[in-house]
Amino acid sequence: MSTETTPPRTDAPPDKGLDRGQLAVSGGLVVMGAYVLFDAARLNVGFADPVGPKFFPYCIGAVLIVLGVLLAVATVRGDEPEAEGGEDVDLSQKTDWQTVLRLLGVFVANIVLVDLLGWAITGGLLFAGAAWALGSRTILRDLVVGAVLSVGSWYFFYVVLGIPLTPGILDGVL
Amino acid sequence: METLSLLGGGFAEALTPMNLLFAAIGVFLGTFVGVLPGIGPAMAVALLLPVTYGLGPTQAFIMFAGIYYGGMYGGSTTSILLNTPGESSSVMTAIEGNKMAKAGRASQALATAAIGSFIAGTIGTLLVAFAAPALAGIAVKLGAPSYFAVMVMAMVLVTAVLGTSKLRGFIALFVGLAIGIVGIDLSTAQPRLTFGLPLLADGLDIVVVAVGIFALGETLWVAAHLRRVPAEIIPVGQPFMGKADWKRSWGPWMRGTALGFPFGAIPAGGAETPTFLSYVLERKLSKNSGEFGKGAIEGVAGPEAANNASAAGTFVPLLALGLPVTATATIMLAAMQGYGIQPGPQLLSTNGDLVWTLLASLLIGNFLLLVLNLPLAPVWAKLLQVPRPYLYAGILFFASLGAYSVNQQAFDIGLLLVFGLLGFAMRRFAIPVLPLILGVILGPLMEVKLREALQLSGGDATALVSEPLAIAVYVILALVLLVPLLMRGRSGASDDPSDAEREKIDA
Repeated sequence: MSTETTPPRTDAPPDKGLDRGQLAVSGGLVVMGAYVLFDAARLNVGFADPVGPKFFPYCIGAVLIVLGVLLAVATVRGDEPEAEGGEDVDLSQKTDWQTVLRLLGVFVANIVLVDLLGWAITGGLLFAGAAWALGSRTILRDLVVGAVLSVGSWYFFYVVLGIPLTPGILDGVL
Repeated sequence: METLSLLGGGFAEALTPMNLLFAAIGVFLGTFVGVLPGIGPAMAVALLLPVTYGLGPTQAFIMFAGIYYGGMYGGSTTSILLNTPGESSSVMTAIEGNKMAKAGRASQALATAAIGSFIAGTIGTLLVAFAAPALAGIAVKLGAPSYFAVMVMAMVLVTAVLGTSKLRGFIALFVGLAIGIVGIDLSTAQPRLTFGLPLLADGLDIVVVAVGIFALGETLWVAAHLRRVPAEIIPVGQPFMGKADWKRSWGPWMRGTALGFPFGAIPAGGAETPTFLSYVLERKLSKNSGEFGKGAIEGVAGPEAANNASAAGTFVPLLALGLPVTATATIMLAAMQGYGIQPGPQLLSTNGDLVWTLLASLLIGNFLLLVLNLPLAPVWAKLLQVPRPYLYAGILFFASLGAYSVNQQAFDIGLLLVFGLLGFAMRRFAIPVLPLILGVILGPLMEVKLREALQLSGGDATALVSEPLAIAVYVILALVLLVPLLMRGRSGASDDPSDAEREKIDA
């Protein structure tokens, strides 16, 4: 995560010129296609199965590679994607990676901790942490709202739906 | 008449007090989630899917029907009050609806949308009740080659005709098809694309894929570009319409319904085309065509009816062929499969009761929606002011909860993250979501049909065109794809600005 003191860098690509991000996407498509082909190549073909498990992946992998190349050609020719707008989206600003990374951090923490601490705890932390990452600064209130949501959803699943979510360290308390 | 008595049986099942309660809860939750900015109907249905876990199939479907219509209606409220359509099918509603709202006629816009949705949804659902069994009757006789052809057609049409960029549409489709391969190959029991992870052997849950791409992708995308000054929201009173509004709404409602249903019912899917056509038609027919662009009620009534009729129409291929053509229908299919129910020609004979109950619930949900939403509209409008950190934190919370609750594995939340990042990239690079979702769910079905068709013929590829319907479908497909190309080559630039716009994006 970048420190607060560094001035915002102009890492956004200039208006004209190659969209490097999109070139990376076309590269990714080629790699993906190649992997699909590689994965299919090691399959054994069954008996009395004229199509077999390989045919479909072979087609998809090959087409993915072709599409990747086509996208690369389009990009070099100056094709630019029209990024998706939306009600809360302001495309005139540069991509705010700091917010995205904070959000991802909170989300990954939930993945790592959920089995250990239980949903009733990590769910609340996920909510409060995500609200914080998105700019909320009422930490205490966020934690309370998060706790109500997570404990409430735990009981909703347990009592109404009959599904006990992982209690984690609160086993026996809930 | 047999249809009516069967539908009556469905009503008897759906109208028990307990089931009515489930329908009401579904409508309420669906509207609640659908109204939230940034959440379209598909995302509302996907996010609310876990709520139905633990219910019996009948109750779950009843609730689902409510969530579905509630989500649709909630989306149109957001379009009108915020000018921010959650899905491409609400774009037309937003154009005139928001202008009406700005001119102080928000109440009338919401009312014509609600009543128009109700009428279109009701007529559309009744038509489904008649069309789905008829289609299923034909479909029973179809073999694998025809199925394969219809699936190819659905995929290609959704990808090539609806989207703005064909290249990006096909990229989305084939990435989706690749995702669909993941898991154990059913006929040879070998793992494919599982990266050696046993947890991937069962394949990827379409709900995790959809929630990741829709909910998480949207949240990350918004986080990267969060509008610091919230959009302006127009205050609303009680929705109502004057005499003149009724007079101007009737025609558009009916014409919108007539346009919307067939587009939903043929497996080319999507409400984008009929809503667009309805808007153009009403602008041509209206005596007040000067008002269009400044807030004409016909421009809300027609497209909104078309949108709902088309949504009802998608139940025809979904129930009769097991073929979903919209993102929302895909989630519905996944939900049915979760109960061990495979939609298709046999569904009416094996699970007939369930289908009729579902159709009756759709009608009931539609009615509940009208009585619930007209009075509650001012309350829903307040939801638009939810602080954005809370809104998106809440979406993340419920998305994770949904993914986690399926198998109680942290691994599933990890998958959610992977698809969230994919959704983020798709928004950044303007790659459409619907073809990908269709690829994930139709890919495996298509492979089964392909192998079935060729197994019977001993590998002879001409088996794929051995049925008349299959040939017809391929011919139609070729025409749909080639005619626009030829027309474009001959006529040059079109003078309709919206057409020109589409072509510009297309190029």
